[in-house]
Amino acid sequence: MGNSIVEMGYKKAQPENNRRKAFFNMLKKDIIKNKYVYIMAIPVVVYYIIFDYWPMYGVQIAFKDFNPTEGIMGGDWVGFKHFLSFFNGHYFGRVVRNTLIINLYDLIWGFPAPIALALLLNEVYNKSFKKLIQTVIYMPHFISGIVVAGIIISFSARNGFINDIIEMFGGTRANLLMRPELFRTIYTGSKIWQGVGWGTIVYLAALSGVDVQLYEACIIDGGNRWKQMAHITLPSIMPTIVTLLILNIGKLMSEGAGRIILIYNPLTYETADIISSYVYRRGLQEFDYSFSTAVNLLSTVLNFLLLISANWMSRKVNETSLW
Amino acid sequence: MVYYNTLEQKIFNIITAFILIILSLIIIYPVVYVLFASLSDPVKLMSNTKVLVKPLGFSVEAYKLVFKHPLLLSSYKNTIIYVVVGTSINLFMTTLGAYVLSRRDAFFKKYIMIMVVITMFFGGGLIPSWLLVKNLGMLDTMWALVIPGAISAWNMIIMRTGFMALPSSLEESATIDGANDFVILWRIILPMAKPVIAVMVLFYGVSHWNSWFGAMIYLRSREKYPLQLVLREILVTQTMRDIAQDIDAVDFMPIEQTIKYATIVVATVPIMCVYPFLQKYFAKGVLIGALKG
Repeated sequence: MGNSIVEMGYKKAQPENNRRKAFFNMLKKDIIKNKYVYIMAIPVVVYYIIFDYWPMYGVQIAFKDFNPTEGIMGGDWVGFKHFLSFFNGHYFGRVVRNTLIINLYDLIWGFPAPIALALLLNEVYNKSFKKLIQTVIYMPHFISGIVVAGIIISFSARNGFINDIIEMFGGTRANLLMRPELFRTIYTGSKIWQGVGWGTIVYLAALSGVDVQLYEACIIDGGNRWKQMAHITLPSIMPTIVTLLILNIGKLMSEGAGRIILIYNPLTYETADIISSYVYRRGLQEFDYSFSTAVNLLSTVLNFLLLISANWMSRKVNETSLW
Repeated sequence: MVYYNTLEQKIFNIITAFILIILSLIIIYPVVYVLFASLSDPVKLMSNTKVLVKPLGFSVEAYKLVFKHPLLLSSYKNTIIYVVVGTSINLFMTTLGAYVLSRRDAFFKKYIMIMVVITMFFGGGLIPSWLLVKNLGMLDTMWALVIPGAISAWNMIIMRTGFMALPSSLEESATIDGANDFVILWRIILPMAKPVIAVMVLFYGVSHWNSWFGAMIYLRSREKYPLQLVLREILVTQTMRDIAQDIDAVDFMPIEQTIKYATIVVATVPIMCVYPFLQKYFAKGVLIGALKG
């Protein structure tokens, strides 16, 4: 009996060992054959370990009371203390709500805008006119975030350009950036201004691949321009639209702090403060490292779950998937 | 191409063109306004409440003051250095990574790909990255701006796609002639992949030119500031008095606005002059990325 158990164990271990051996044999052969590729990979792998994976390891400070003198490894484990204090804190509702709403604004207004613009551009057959329009609408993409913020600040000031227009239509002047109820509109508006032209590129690319014969067939069947748009143009960019929509839904909880922190101020925190700007303020202005990391970790995990579920939904509905 | 000759089609074309022209005007007007305002007479501009269609009066006073800013020119120089050094590091690292990932037979590339893709979804976040830079002793040095972002996973995948689209026959014959991977990369792949490299130079270059968040959190000495951070002081945090200490506060008020506008123009002109000639490359890069993404 005992003998056979040993034998069975031996038999079981055998393929395992063989597989491992085969793996290492393959690796050895591969290293000899592709040695220069391995050498090239070294700096890349080292870079990723240091600059991407080490910070991920550093995320553990979210579960600790981080102390700068002791470093990441030091400090006492405190479990979910920082997460709980965020949940129970004053600002939890505010930053989550603002992040979601700002992203929803972007999804509702910012997402369709380049599609509409691309459809319009697609109807232009004069090449140089099309090129001119494209050059103009791409331009804001190349303007830096700081300059855009500077323009927003100057334009929304009491004697700024937007107030000139408001007054022209009979409104009264006010410093628009001091009004919480306007912040999201200004923010999303400026984002669309900057991104709408650039966003058309990917759709125009998808459109340039459409077979002209489809349009010809549609014309013979009596389809006018609207019919062509509805039955040929739109369906042909549908996969692109869905893919980008998934990515956008996956980003519903994330929004970079960069632009926000340039134009918000304590008066507008109520509508402007989002997760990333809160992380920035708590972490690098108030030096609350552990708390800030905890909030950031929470939003990373949420984003990943969102992306997975958006992708799952689109696979069900549309058979389009990111992976 | 499909031809349209009926009256209905012509009307449709005219309406489309009209809408596009209006939209383009809306998009370009803020920039035009900034340009006109920067050249306007400060006092006239201040009392103006109408839409600008040309500069009000003419004055280059604001530009003279902008160039007196103690940091503007040095920060311009810093930005150029950061762009050149940063983009070179980006290119070197991204090319290596893209080449490794484009090898069809390399046995371990799958694992590297997984390692790269994970970082597209997860990251340590602001604080751990900041602590890392601090612990590496890179705070307040140029390296904090150019090394932590040396590879953008997205760009590397675009470049890999570009490499994989190249015909493999040349490579195979070079291998038979005894060329190693460094030779293949340098002598065969890179010369053939010029368009995708141009795309990378532009993507990385523009992002370095426009970046400021890293500089804001990592740099302390003002003399190391890139242009964007000096702009931030002038445009956002409104500390402009050091440009014009010898001007009275009352006189300064009107010119403050025109200085801001002039600063925007000075900082934006280089990229505005360059991008129209490069836009086909940008578009190409977005496309390569989109096909795979």
